[in-house]
Order: sequence, then C-alpha cells, then structure tokens
Amino acid sequence: MNIHEYQAKALLEKFGVAVPKGAPAKSPAEFESALAQLPDGPIMVKAQIHAGGRGKGTFVDGFKGGVKFAQSKAEALEIAKRMFGNTLVTLQTGPAGRKVQTIYFAAPCDIEKEYYLAILLDRVTSRPVIVASTEGGVEIETVAHNTPEKIFKIYVDPAVGLQGYQVRQLAFKLGFTGDYFKNAIKLIAGLYRTWWESDATMVEINPLISAPGGRVLALDAKVAFDDSALYRHPEIVALRDLNEEDPKETEASKFDLNYIALDGNIACLVNGAGLAMSTMDIIKHFGGNPANFLDVGGGASKEQVQAAFKIILSDPKVKGILVNIFGGIMDCNTIAQGVVAAARETSLNIPLVVRLEGNNVVAGKKALAESGLKLETADSMADAAQKIVRLVA
Amino acid sequence: MSILITPKTKVLIQGITGEFGARHTRLSLDYGTKVVAGVTPGKGGQFFEHGKHKVPIFNTVAEAIAATGAEASAVFVPPAFAADAILEGVDAGIGLVVAITEGIPVKDMIKVKRAMVGSTTRLIGPNCPGLVTPGAGKDSNGGCRIGIAPGYIHHKGHVGVVSRSGTLTYEAVYQLTVRGLGQTTSVGIGGDPVNGTSHLDAIKMFNADRNTWGIIVIGEIGGNAEAEAARWIKENCTKPVAGFIAGATAPKGRRMGHAGAVIGGKEDTAAAKIAIFKECGIEVAITPSDMADALIRCAQAKGVKLA
Repeated sequence: MNIHEYQAKALLEKFGVAVPKGAPAKSPAEFESALAQLPDGPIMVKAQIHAGGRGKGTFVDGFKGGVKFAQSKAEALEIAKRMFGNTLVTLQTGPAGRKVQTIYFAAPCDIEKEYYLAILLDRVTSRPVIVASTEGGVEIETVAHNTPEKIFKIYVDPAVGLQGYQVRQLAFKLGFTGDYFKNAIKLIAGLYRTWWESDATMVEINPLISAPGGRVLALDAKVAFDDSALYRHPEIVALRDLNEEDPKETEASKFDLNYIALDGNIACLVNGAGLAMSTMDIIKHFGGNPANFLDVGGGASKEQVQAAFKIILSDPKVKGILVNIFGGIMDCNTIAQGVVAAARETSLNIPLVVRLEGNNVVAGKKALAESGLKLETADSMADAAQKIVRLVA
Repeated sequence: MSILITPKTKVLIQGITGEFGARHTRLSLDYGTKVVAGVTPGKGGQFFEHGKHKVPIFNTVAEAIAATGAEASAVFVPPAFAADAILEGVDAGIGLVVAITEGIPVKDMIKVKRAMVGSTTRLIGPNCPGLVTPGAGKDSNGGCRIGIAPGYIHHKGHVGVVSRSGTLTYEAVYQLTVRGLGQTTSVGIGGDPVNGTSHLDAIKMFNADRNTWGIIVIGEIGGNAEAEAARWIKENCTKPVAGFIAGATAPKGRRMGHAGAVIGGKEDTAAAKIAIFKECGIEVAITPSDMADALIRCAQAKGVKLA
C-alpha cells in the first residue's frame, strides 16, 4: 500500500524525523486555513498523487508542474486553485494522468546540500538495509551505476536492531559534522523506526537536505507498506486513498481476487500468481497483448469466477478472454460452471477460450461443451494463447 | 531416492483442525503420506479422523515429536500466527518445516530467518505449495505429499522440479508426467521475498541426489535468487537443467500476486534472468508450455537419459 507525501511526512514526524513545515488541504475551502498554518512569505504548492515525477508533470489543461514555488500566499492560493480537481500527467501516471484531490502547502527550505537515503529489505541477507548517498535529488540507479563509491549501505541485524555506531558511521560517511551530525543521527534513527515499527517495505527520502542552522530534513518522502501486515496497522489502513486505485482493482480485492489492469485487449483469468504471469507472457509471445493480470487463487469458487468476469468485462479495451485453470486441488467442473454462469449473466459477446487441466477435467469440459455457449476449448497453454490471439486479431 | 522427503517420512500438521489444514491432511492421507500427528494448541488428546486413519492431536510440536517421531512439519496456521508456529517447530528441533501459509508479514519472516541462524531445521516456504516425492502406486500414490500440491499429477521418476510458483510447478510436473518422465521430488519454495530455502539450496540437493537425472528450475521476476542458482549450475552441475522465468510482460513496480514478484532493479526483470540462464547453459523454455520439452532438448544434447 502507498500513501501520499503529506501523509508520509506526518508519519515521519511522529517518529521524530524533521520535515519542512506543511499543511494539506482536501478541498478549496481548506486552502486558506491550511496556508494560515504556515509563516508568511514564499510557499511550495504540491499536488498530491501517488505517482512520482510530479515536478516535471503537466496538467491536462496545459498548466505546467505539479510542484510549484509561489512567492507569496496569494500566489500559492492561485496555483492551488489551478491544480485542484485538475488531472496531472507524469512519466509514472501514464497518459490518463491522476486527478488531484489534495494540495499540500509547505514552507520552502534553503537547501545547502542534497542527499539520498532509503530503507528497504535486502533479499540476499533477509535483513533491512539502509542505503544512503551524498548525491541526492537525482535517480539513485544512476548514482549506483556511475559512482558506486558514493553509495553507502548499512545492514541491520533484526535481533538487536539498528545500533548507534552504525548510525554514526553512516552520518560520518555522508560528511555531517557539528549540529548537522547530531540532527542527522536523530533523523536516520527515526527513519529506521518508521520502517520497522510501521511494517513499511520502503522508506525513501530523496532528497534529504541540510539547511542553514545545522538542520537536516526530509524534503520529500515516499513510504510503502507491506500489505500482509496491514491487519495490525489500522492507523495506516486509514490513510488508504481509494481515488488513487483503479476501481477494478478495488472491486477485485473485495472478492479476494488479485487483479492488475494492463493496457492490452486480451483479458486473462488464471489460478495462481506464477501461472497468471506466464499466461500474460505466452499471450505476448504469440503476438497478443494482455489486458490484465488476474489470479483467482488456489481455491476459487463459482462466485469468484463470476465476479472476475464482471471485472474483466468492465474494461472497455477487452476484446477477448482467456481462461487458464490448472485445477490441482480445485475442481475443474466448479470452474466450468462458474464460467458458464458468468458468460450467461454478462451476455458475453466476445471470444472466449478456456483451457482446463487437472482435477475432474472431463466433467468440466463436458459442462462447457453442453452449455451451448460460443467458446473454444484448448488443450495446452500454447494452444489456448494461439487461439485467443487469432480470434481477437 | 529423492530430496528432503521420502515415502517413509513421518509428517505432522500444525493447524490440522483448521479448514485448510484439515482438507489437505485428508488429501495427503489419501495419497498414502505418513501423517503421524497434528498440532492444535488446546486440542491435545483429540484425534483427527479420516476413513480408517486416526491421527493423534497434540498441544505442542515438542510433544508431538516425542510421541510419534515426526520428522517434518507442515504449517497451515493463519498468517498472523504462522511465524510463531514455524519457530515452535524450529525450537522443537524438527528437521524440516514446510510453511504453506500465504500472507505472513515480511517483518515476521525477517525475525524468523534471523532466529533460525545456526539451527539444523530446514524451512521451505512460506507461501508455497510444499513438496511431493511421488510414490510407486497408481497416480503416484504411496508418496509423500506435504502441502497443497495435487499428488495425482506426479509420477515416480528421475526429474527434480523447483519453483517459486504453485500452479506453474503443477504445469511443469504435468508436462513431464504426460511425456512419461517421472519426478524424484517437486519443491515449491514459495513466492515471498524472505523464504527459507532458495532455488540454489534445492538445486544443490538435486545435484547431489543420484536418482535425479535432470532438473527444471522455474523462477519469476524480483530478487536475484535465480541468477545465483544459475551461476552455481554453470560451475558445478553436470546434469541437464531447463529453466523458465515468469513475468516477461509484468509492469515495473507492481506486485504480481506473489509478494516477492516485483520488478525493482535492472537484474530483477525476466529478460535479465533469461539472459543469465542462457549464459549459464540452462535450456530456457520459450513458453510455459515448453518446460518439459526444454529439459528433453537439454538432455538429448548432453546425451543423458531422463527415464
């Protein structure tokens, strides 16, 4: 799960991480009261969407920049009005863009130097790793590639947690001294606590900055959480913004379906994540384009299959459906009944190819054949993919 | 022979009275697996009955091992309590823990992994289908099935299969079986970013197993476990190896069902992993329908029998 920048900063503050003073507004009526919380003078106006690249983004009406500097509160107010309700397109949003429904006003900082700091899981050691660099404000992948010596890593032993010496080591490597050093220590420790205590999968601060007076602050913040741990963090679940999710994905999650919208025209309905991924791959291999990833899970019911069909068909791009089920434990006949019921219920009028294999497959195929539905069956994944690609072309 | 488990392995089920655990315990008993004990705290002294089978239930793993000599445990405990269940098995000194549970918080697994340093217990999973060593009977009955894989698609033989994905493992096993190629053991290591046994661990075991003549390794986007395994294969493994990587069409940064299947860095992509496989002499399946055939091609090129 992802959250907005303003939410991430509020969370970081709770863990003692210094951030520039800011205030969010969720409607134009809140603009003035939000601005009133900040000191007079220049203001940063930041459109809140989950995608990155906001600063370089463009709104659909031609207004440029989702992160803007205003000389005064009056100007900030004008900019916020242009942004709110408008749709921002960035490199990460895709051409459709995202509607801006929250504006974040922040006091600008005099930046002395920019750094990078992230905390994530190191899969090789199965430990949290803190990655930091003296090169902030740029793509960290580029830094890692061109100047790997400027990247520092600290692995945390989960048995004892982040140790003071490790934080000091990192702060020294980043070149902090005096008050900057003291504040950097506090900030790094706070970021780690945020990661660990809120079950985050990633905390990324780019840039982390030093500012006059020995200050060290998180100027931007990206935090993502482990979906599997949300059950023990109601305070984080409360930050979920459904406006940022594809409505089809939200609907799918209600039925315990794992759905991800893609941009092709062949919908897939598959059991198992690995098989679902490779079904997308094989469609592509034979020249087609998958419209989605959809895993109905290991023990899908008839109701789930019906719900899955409705979600798939709510995507207007879909021109054909491929059902690929390897019924290990799952009964192929149950799936077949679900497919038949769903096709009838939705008055399906686009090509449907069904590949069933495994448990009770004979009964399943019989149910499909006797349904009178216009569908094709297939004997293997390759056969199924070729058929649906041909039918959709 | 086989790896990790044999038809004689004595199995205990943690969470035997839960709906999921009970269902798969029945299927394992039907398959002929020696399920000797169940553990459900508070239900010690009761029995899990299925047909002619009467499996004693214990309050703790330690008691179950002491009473029955169980050698391997399957964890069917809900996600919030699964890490605790795994560690109970580890503390009781059981040789093998197979964690089927999906959705265990990453932080819990980080702690489990750390707590297991120095332990003699091997963990498979979590979020995995488990493992099957097929038996000699009809539909491979008489084998050892720990987890949720369909037993009947297997066939006793000489190919080892290791995969992060459940249904993709079944796909590979089924392709082998219909071509008359049996398996020594199929191992699902699970789709989570922190897991107990890696591709490489399983491959080392298959390489050392005299009865395994060829190996299918199935990977997916995310992490570098496949690359690590491939480089080891290049240096150390003389057996034919075929590979498949799922997720060539996955968009960057999205979690594709499995918690571990996210493209983060450059080396995470399917294309990068496929390139490494090829470079290391692994025959890459062009599509998921090609996994068994890829292994056959590789075996023929090496002049090695698979059955």
